[in-house]
Amino acid sequence: MPDFDVVSLPETDHVAEGDAAPDFTRPLVNEEYWEDTALDDAVDGPTLLLFHPMDGAFQATYLYNTIDDHGWADDLDVLGLSISSPYAHKRLLAERGEGVRIFSDPGAGVIEEYGVAHDIDGMTGITESRPAVFLLDGDRTVEYAWVASEHPEFPDAEEIGDAIGRLVD
Amino acid sequence: MTDPQITLYRLQACPFCERVVRTLNRFGLEYESRYVEPMHSERNVVKRVSGARSVPAIVDRETGVTMSESANIVEYLEGTYGDAATDGGRAADDAATDGGRAADEGGA
Repeated sequence: MPDFDVVSLPETDHVAEGDAAPDFTRPLVNEEYWEDTALDDAVDGPTLLLFHPMDGAFQATYLYNTIDDHGWADDLDVLGLSISSPYAHKRLLAERGEGVRIFSDPGAGVIEEYGVAHDIDGMTGITESRPAVFLLDGDRTVEYAWVASEHPEFPDAEEIGDAIGRLVD
Repeated sequence: MTDPQITLYRLQACPFCERVVRTLNRFGLEYESRYVEPMHSERNVVKRVSGARSVPAIVDRETGVTMSESANIVEYLEGTYGDAATDGGRAADDAATDGGRAADEGGA
């Protein structure tokens, strides 16, 4: 690991394994358009729901590179979520995240509800999302959950891959 | 959740699109909004659906109609769902008086 300073984030009561992932409706962006979509309507089988810092942050870029490198979108539905606008999501999807769709949650209401908010230092008025991973079955039950407890912290691709392997044949 | 019968392809802050929305609301029609980008080159989905890249465009699953151009759409909605459907077409005729001026709807 590179040698950099990490900041511990406060404990958070986040959505956890065994919970039903809370339903919500937000604009869901694909490569061509966006449309208000309920999570419940978007989940149609095993689904990887990934909360990430705003588009453009290197954490988001790395995440989509990781999704593409592992071909997760070929194995199951992959849904991202960040505070970025639909326009930013479209630009991101033009370059990365083949087959991925991304929810736009600028007010961070969903992020707050999932317990993954991060009041980022030096960007007053912006509530960010911690990196967080929720692997859902077709009933929105959380089969695997991971939420960053440090800043910065990256989800473990191998662990996510194993969890997907357990859920998807 | 069942899908609304009408899908509206629209552009944020496009007055021609708002005009269609007003008409949809006037007749209490359920619709879902699909927002596309200002750049015409980014609107392949609209071209695929309607044959043109202009917005607004609607798809009405109830009638199987797909249509572009707000004047045409408003006329269609009034003729199909409005008083015009029962008053011999007067409302639709009124609505069509500014038809055809919207050559470059959606801009950019």
